[in-house]
Amino acid sequence: MADPKAAQLGVSVVKDPSLMTGAIPTKDWMDVPAIFKPGNYCYPAKAKMVEYHHFPNPREWTVESDDWKLDPNWKQIILEGMRERLMKFRSFKIFMDCCVRCGACADKCHFFLGTGDPKNMPVLRAELMRSIYRHDFTAAGKILGRLAGAREMDFGVLKEWFMYFYQCTECRRCSVFCPYGIDTAEITMMGRELLHLVSVNTNWILEPLANCNRTGNHLGLQPHTLKENTEYLLDDIESITGVRINPTFNRKGAEILFITPSADFFADPGIYTMMGYLLLFEHIGLDYTMSTYASEGGNFGLFTSNEMMKKINGKMYAEAKHLGVKWILGGECGHMWRVVHQYMDTMNGPADFLEEPISPITGTRFENAASTKMVHVSEFTADLIKNNKLKIDARRNDHRTVTFHDSCNPSRAMGMLEEPRYILKNVVNKFHEMPPNTIREQTFCCGSGTGLNTGEIMELRMRGGLPRANAVKHVKDKYGVNTLSCVCAIDRATLLALMDYWNPGVAVCGVSELVGNALVMDGEKERETGLRFEELAS
Amino acid sequence: MYDGGKIITGLIIFIVFMTFPIWYNHGNAGNIPKPEKPQGVTQCVKDTAYMRSSHMVLINEWRDEVIRTGNRTKVTVQGKEYDKSLMLGCMKCHINKKKFCDECHLYTSVNPYCWDCHFLPKETI
Amino acid sequence: MRILYPFIAVLALVLIALVGANLPGGQALIGVVLPYVAFLIFLGGFVAKILGWAKSPVPFRIPTTCGQEKSLSWIPQNCIDNPSTRGGVVIRMILEIFLFRSLFRNTKTEIHDGPKLVYGSSKYLWLFGLLFHYCFLTIVIRHLRLFTTPVPFFVSVTEYLDGFFQVGLPVLYQTDIIFVLAITFLFLRRVIMPQVRYISLPADYFPLFLIMGIAITGILMRYFLRADIVSIKQLTMGLVTFSPSIKEGISSVFFIHLFLVCVLLAYFPFSKLMHLGGVFLSPTRNMTNNSRMVRHENPWNDPNIKPHSYAHYEDEFREFMVEAGLPVDKGLPPSADEDPAEK
Repeated sequence: MADPKAAQLGVSVVKDPSLMTGAIPTKDWMDVPAIFKPGNYCYPAKAKMVEYHHFPNPREWTVESDDWKLDPNWKQIILEGMRERLMKFRSFKIFMDCCVRCGACADKCHFFLGTGDPKNMPVLRAELMRSIYRHDFTAAGKILGRLAGAREMDFGVLKEWFMYFYQCTECRRCSVFCPYGIDTAEITMMGRELLHLVSVNTNWILEPLANCNRTGNHLGLQPHTLKENTEYLLDDIESITGVRINPTFNRKGAEILFITPSADFFADPGIYTMMGYLLLFEHIGLDYTMSTYASEGGNFGLFTSNEMMKKINGKMYAEAKHLGVKWILGGECGHMWRVVHQYMDTMNGPADFLEEPISPITGTRFENAASTKMVHVSEFTADLIKNNKLKIDARRNDHRTVTFHDSCNPSRAMGMLEEPRYILKNVVNKFHEMPPNTIREQTFCCGSGTGLNTGEIMELRMRGGLPRANAVKHVKDKYGVNTLSCVCAIDRATLLALMDYWNPGVAVCGVSELVGNALVMDGEKERETGLRFEELAS
Repeated sequence: MYDGGKIITGLIIFIVFMTFPIWYNHGNAGNIPKPEKPQGVTQCVKDTAYMRSSHMVLINEWRDEVIRTGNRTKVTVQGKEYDKSLMLGCMKCHINKKKFCDECHLYTSVNPYCWDCHFLPKETI
Repeated sequence: MRILYPFIAVLALVLIALVGANLPGGQALIGVVLPYVAFLIFLGGFVAKILGWAKSPVPFRIPTTCGQEKSLSWIPQNCIDNPSTRGGVVIRMILEIFLFRSLFRNTKTEIHDGPKLVYGSSKYLWLFGLLFHYCFLTIVIRHLRLFTTPVPFFVSVTEYLDGFFQVGLPVLYQTDIIFVLAITFLFLRRVIMPQVRYISLPADYFPLFLIMGIAITGILMRYFLRADIVSIKQLTMGLVTFSPSIKEGISSVFFIHLFLVCVLLAYFPFSKLMHLGGVFLSPTRNMTNNSRMVRHENPWNDPNIKPHSYAHYEDEFREFMVEAGLPVDKGLPPSADEDPAEK
């Protein structure tokens, strides 16, 4: 199906009857079936991918068919899985019981705002699961059935789950507004774990996971390719700045291990962010190395199951130990930092073979990373700037009028709000914030996180990303913003498509690209272009 | 991880709050009020059931009529005249505030504002 | 159906109580047996529910951070919305529980031509929700005058303040009016706002109707139908001192009121009303955001889940690595029987 043009879609979201545009659905939501059609679902995982991960029942199946070739016992597997998870996660139990359906979360979800689909209201997304919970785990639901909001698990429900737990990017925006802190991300995670138990999964998540397991990164870059790609970037850096950088890979005895999302090695515009890191580390003479084995910051396991997340994440500490570094520095990535900040130490720690991170340049002790021993590159860079360790010429970014997109996870699962802003204010002269309801803890998702950044659901992504794009359009029109900066690799990949669609002419970049572009390197030649070989402002 | 200690403590506090009346009274239901009946009088302006539950409504009406509209017409019930007045009406028969009014008012924690304006009868001072 | 059924259910409850109060032995059942049973279900059910939640661990540290984290010393941390200490969490929880801080953030989003999304402040739900809950609390405290003797100071003060304007006799309590207004708002909002109407279940309307029924019978009893408060207090005091007795002549409206309260108590632990307990235990609110500073332990963390090992990785790619000049742990060529990891 051809994806609709922006102009068309722009009218559709405003005019088409939906719960967002004031049309009231006539049918009870339990009576509205989920109907799959091209463009509204992610392709299912190929049998060999399912097999690779040792998930059950590997098979080829089609989403639009009514025969998903499920294990005949699938209902029981799901219910047992639910029981197990209720015992493992207090959050799951409480979030199943506590919701009063006040509706405060309803218009906070970017997918609801963009689609107007009632089941994209966080409360209803959770009710998809709660209705089953009530039916099988509560007395009221067992006795009163539908009157108590309960319903039996059946194929229709499974379809709904597959549809709507893959129309949630676990961004946690709803959780900010919920009076009980109910976090739909927790429920979506449980929903996806349960779907994996019966191997209802998407290829866009399982294939990168398989790559990551084997080659160390989602893109499947093998060690020599990774190095080669970096060489290309180094060539570019040399021709732009006149400085030749020689970073190392897998070097034992380095002080710091640097891990960033693999997209930064490979994909536009992440590669410019990578050039930024390389310039920065060269500029301060950092004793660091990168790993080809742990060459992925991101973790699609987070979008699969907590076991998978742990397995994938385990490489970070394993490699840090193997190389004998003192601590780990992490690149710009959203969900990577959800994992590093909230899960890594618990899952794969204690990291007692590492040391409490201290910046070798400024001597600053990163007390906030004392246990996990991993520091965000923005925290690291902000500290460098504060201590006047960088020679910066912010005029080199004068061809850019910049705004900053808070990524969901660093803002709502970590709280890293000021560090990137401090950096930006030092390396960029023209910086403007988007409206307050769309930044910081209220930031809107790019609309394509949690493994939804796949091409087959482009319209859905453009709808989900509309609130973000709309806020960018606001500052584009008002201040002439032409660059959307962020600290997330998925953002860099997906905002690019989102901007091209809704706001053509707005470029997307990592914060470190702007840092790299502004750095005055020792022995550099006069800069004629930026890191993208783009014209500088005269 | 579990925070069992904190949760149990919270639950104990909750139960203590919820059962407050039980341990606060510790089994003592208090004295049942026995308002002193006026001597030698057997009838009132209204029947006992009404007076028990709603005397304040009547007194309030009287107050409004007398103070706000100056209507001091006496009330006649079964040939007997009553002043529409607390001190000169009600308390003509129910002479003792302590033994009559306060009995129930204290028991049910009612603090009528009659005595904001009226002087307290002598025996209470 | 979602609105009608619960409404009929509450009407039926009223009727049952009305008939029951006028049947022989009915008053003893509604006035004595039922309150004990309901209260036991309430307490037992509440405790069991909380312990049920407590039995599941909090495996990960997952606070929703709504402000700046603690990081570099010169960046001011938002100690309340992103607490890193227990004190900060306590303040966050107090603000959440007593002032509904998260709900205070509420906005309303509209979509206009363009397309253009517009965000407006929307504090009505917060305001009426807060009024509803505080009125409820005040009313519960006021009712303690029927369950204590002598009546404690805090109860008398609450009563005095609630009737501060001395309107009418018996004195009008402000909370009665605000309470009814707030319930009405919460109900109308559910019916009128399409989004909320669509998500509302019978289980959302039922407690509203039930509480409304309790409020209306209470108001009728105090201001209109009147009831003999002394006899009622003898009954309630009898209940809390375990020597219950019922005097003749208590009006039926009291029994309806009491019956509905008992239903509410017994219904409480099995319903969404348990948000009273849940809000204290919500992991996204009651945890410190210090997971990089202090290790949080997960009791079911599985030590057997290990990453694909470096040794395996190098075995697969050793040739390429050597060729590309990348360091390796074992040199080329690997002899066929040397590597035990391969098995």
